[in-house]
Amino acid sequence: MSALLAFWSSHAAELWTLIAQHIALVLVSTFVAAAVGVPIGIVAARRPRIGGPLAAAASIIQTVPSLALFGFLLPLPLVGGVGARTALVALILYALLPVIRTTAAGLRSIEAPILEAADAMGMTAGQRLTLVELPLAMPSIIAGIRVAAVIGVGTVTIAAAIGAGGLGEYIYRGLSMVDATVILAGAVPVAALAMIVDGGLLLVERGLARRRRARRFSRAAAAAIVLAGAAATAFAAWPRPERIVIGSKNFTEQVILGELMAQVIERYAGLPVDRRLNLGGTFICDRAIQTGDIDLYVEYSGTALTAVFKQPAERDPRLVLDHVRQLYADTGRSTLPPLGFSNTFAILVRAADARERRLTRLSELAAHAAGWRAAFGYEFLDRPDGYNGLASTYGLRFLEPPRAMDLTLVYRALAEGQVDVVAGDATAGLIDALDLTMLEDDRQYFPPYDAVPVMHAPTLLRHPEIGRAIARLSGRVDAAAMRRMNYAVDAQRQDPAAVVRAFLDALERQSP
Amino acid sequence: MIDFNHVYFRRGAHEVLRDVTFTVDPGETVALVGRSGAGKSTVLKLINRMLEPTEGAVRVDGRDTRAWDSTSLRRQTGYVLQEVGLFPHMTVSGNVGLVPALSNWAPERIHTRTAELLELVGLPAHEFANRWPDELSGGQRQRVGVARALAADPPVVLMDEPFGALDPITREELHREFRRIQQRVRKTVVLVTHDMREAIALADRVGVLEAGQLVACDEPSALRASTDPAVALLMESCR
Repeated sequence: MSALLAFWSSHAAELWTLIAQHIALVLVSTFVAAAVGVPIGIVAARRPRIGGPLAAAASIIQTVPSLALFGFLLPLPLVGGVGARTALVALILYALLPVIRTTAAGLRSIEAPILEAADAMGMTAGQRLTLVELPLAMPSIIAGIRVAAVIGVGTVTIAAAIGAGGLGEYIYRGLSMVDATVILAGAVPVAALAMIVDGGLLLVERGLARRRRARRFSRAAAAAIVLAGAAATAFAAWPRPERIVIGSKNFTEQVILGELMAQVIERYAGLPVDRRLNLGGTFICDRAIQTGDIDLYVEYSGTALTAVFKQPAERDPRLVLDHVRQLYADTGRSTLPPLGFSNTFAILVRAADARERRLTRLSELAAHAAGWRAAFGYEFLDRPDGYNGLASTYGLRFLEPPRAMDLTLVYRALAEGQVDVVAGDATAGLIDALDLTMLEDDRQYFPPYDAVPVMHAPTLLRHPEIGRAIARLSGRVDAAAMRRMNYAVDAQRQDPAAVVRAFLDALERQSP
Repeated sequence: MIDFNHVYFRRGAHEVLRDVTFTVDPGETVALVGRSGAGKSTVLKLINRMLEPTEGAVRVDGRDTRAWDSTSLRRQTGYVLQEVGLFPHMTVSGNVGLVPALSNWAPERIHTRTAELLELVGLPAHEFANRWPDELSGGQRQRVGVARALAADPPVVLMDEPFGALDPITREELHREFRRIQQRVRKTVVLVTHDMREAIALADRVGVLEAGQLVACDEPSALRASTDPAVALLMESCR
C-alpha cells in the first residue's frame, strides 16, 4: 500500500497525464458512439430490416477480443496505425452495440396508446420523435451509454498495447517488470474511474426515470456531456507540432531501449520526443515504422531477418546484419549502427535444477526433457527460428506439449515451478533476479540478435542530427550493460527513465 | 360536419367496414355501439385520417379527408382514448397545453387556456397543473384526457371508449360531467362504446355497428322500436 502511494507521488505528473488520456479516450469514443449509435438505434426500432443487420454487425464486433480487433485495425489505411486513432476506432465500434440496443429497446417499449395519442394530436414524425419518443426512451439510452462508457474504461486499458496511452501503460509496464505495485498503480485508478463513470451516469439515469424536476437537471447534464465530448474530440483532432515518436515492444529491455533512444535524441539532437513504449509486438512496431506512426524503435537483427522479412535463419552475425540492413534499405526503412549487444534467445532452467543435474549445455537437455514441462512466448512457438527447429536440433521431447505464455510471465512461471524449461532473453535482468541458469547453445542453433535502431526513412532525411545522436551509442551498449539495466528495472524496481539517465551520465564521464 | 358516404375499409382480405353511410351535424353527439371488432374504432380513425377509406369517401367540414392536410386535420380534432395516453414525462399542464404549443400559441395564452380547461373538467389548476400523470386517479386522468382533447378548441371531438376503464360510480360521475361540459362547449362529438346504456345516456343519436355494417343510426327512442336482431340484443342489455 505504502509502495503504491510512493509510486504515485513519485510519478504524479505522469499519472495525471495518463488519467487525462484515459478519460479523453473514453469521453471521445462514448460521445461519437452515442452520436452514431442513437440514430442507428432509431432506425433499428423503426425498420427492423435495415436496423437488424446493423445491430447484428455491432454484436459480432462485440465478440472480437479487443487485442485482436486492434491487431486487425493496425494495417488499415486512415483508421489504422499505432496510437490513439486506432484505439478510438476500436473503442467506438465496441461502444456502438449497447447504445444501439438500448435506444431501440427504449423506443420499442413505449406503450401503443401514447404513440396513438401523439399521432392523433397531429404531431409530425419529427415532433413525435423529439417530444415523446426520445424523452421516454432517454433513461434506457442513458443506460446504454453508461454500459458503453464502462466498457470503454476497461478497453482503453488494453489500447495501451498499441500506443494509445492511458492507465494501461502502468499495467503493461508492471507486467513486463513483474512488479505488482506498478500494475496496481494503473489498475486501481482504472477501477475507480469505472465506478465513478458507472455511478455518475446511473444518477443521471435515475434522475431521468424519476422525471420530477429532472428535466432541467438532465438537460444541463446532457449539455455538459455533449460539450465535454465535443471539446475532447476537437482537442484530439487538433494538429500538434512535429515530435519525434519513439516506439518499443512490450518488455522491459525494449522499454529501456526506447527510453534510451528518446533521451539520446533529447540530449544530443535537441528535438521534442513522444514515447509510445510498450507496443504489442514486432508486427505492430514494424507496421508503425512503415506508416510513420513511430519514427524509431530498436529491432534485433535475427528477428528482422526471420519475422519481418520472412527469410530463412542464418548463423553468421556479420552476414545477418548486412543482409538485414540491405533489406531495410530496399524497403524504405533506415538502420542506424548497432548498439553493441546481441539479445539471443536463452533457454533457461532453475539454477538449482542445473546444479543438481550438472546441466550446462542445451545438448544435455534432451536427457531430462521427457520428465519436464516447458513454456514459451507466443512468438517463440511460431517463428521459424523458434521452438520447432530447436526441438529437432537438440532432439527435445517434453512431458507435454509446450505451453504458450506471455513472454513477461515465463520467468516467474519457471521460478515458481509451474514449468521447468522456458525460452527467455539472454539479457533479461530477471535471470539473475530469480536465480535462473541459461543453457549454452552449443550447436549454434539460435541466430544472432544484434540490437539495431530502425528508423522511418523520411524522418531521418528531415533530421539527420538524429542519426548523429544515436551513432554516439554505437557499440557502447554491451550485453553486461543491458543486463544491468534490465536488472535495475526488473528486480530493483527502478524507474526506466532514471536508469537510462544514469547510464548516459556514466557514458559521458567516460568520453564526453 | 362529418359525412360518411358508402365507406368500405379493408385490411387485406378482411372487410372491416362495409358500406357505412351516416352524417353527424355540427354540435351533435353521436355514439357508435357494437361488439368488440365491429369496426367502431376504425370509424373514428377514418375521421381524423389516421386511416383512409378503401372505397367511398369521408368528408369533414365538407372536404374529403384525403384532401385535408392530416396534421392540420388532427389539430382541429380532439381525441380521447380509453387508455388516455397521457404523456408520462409531462405534467398535467404540459399534457393539456401540448396541442396549443404545437400550434405555436403564445405561452401566456396557453397558460390561461390550460387553467380554464382544468377548471372546466373539475380539476382546479392551482392543485393539479403541476402534478404528474402517475399521481392521478383513473377518473382524474380521464378528465385530463378530455381537457387535452379540447385544448385547441377543436370543432370535432372523437372519443374511443373514454370511460371504459373506470369503476361504475366514477363513470356515472363523468357521464354527468360530459353532459355539463357538452352543454357549454357544444362540440361535434363522435363517441365509441360497447355499452348501450352509456350511449343512450350521452348521445343525441346512436349508431349500431354489427360486423362492419351500420345496421341502425337513430335517436334512442326510435332504436327501442327497432326489429333488427343486433339492435334488439343491445337494447336488451339496458333494460
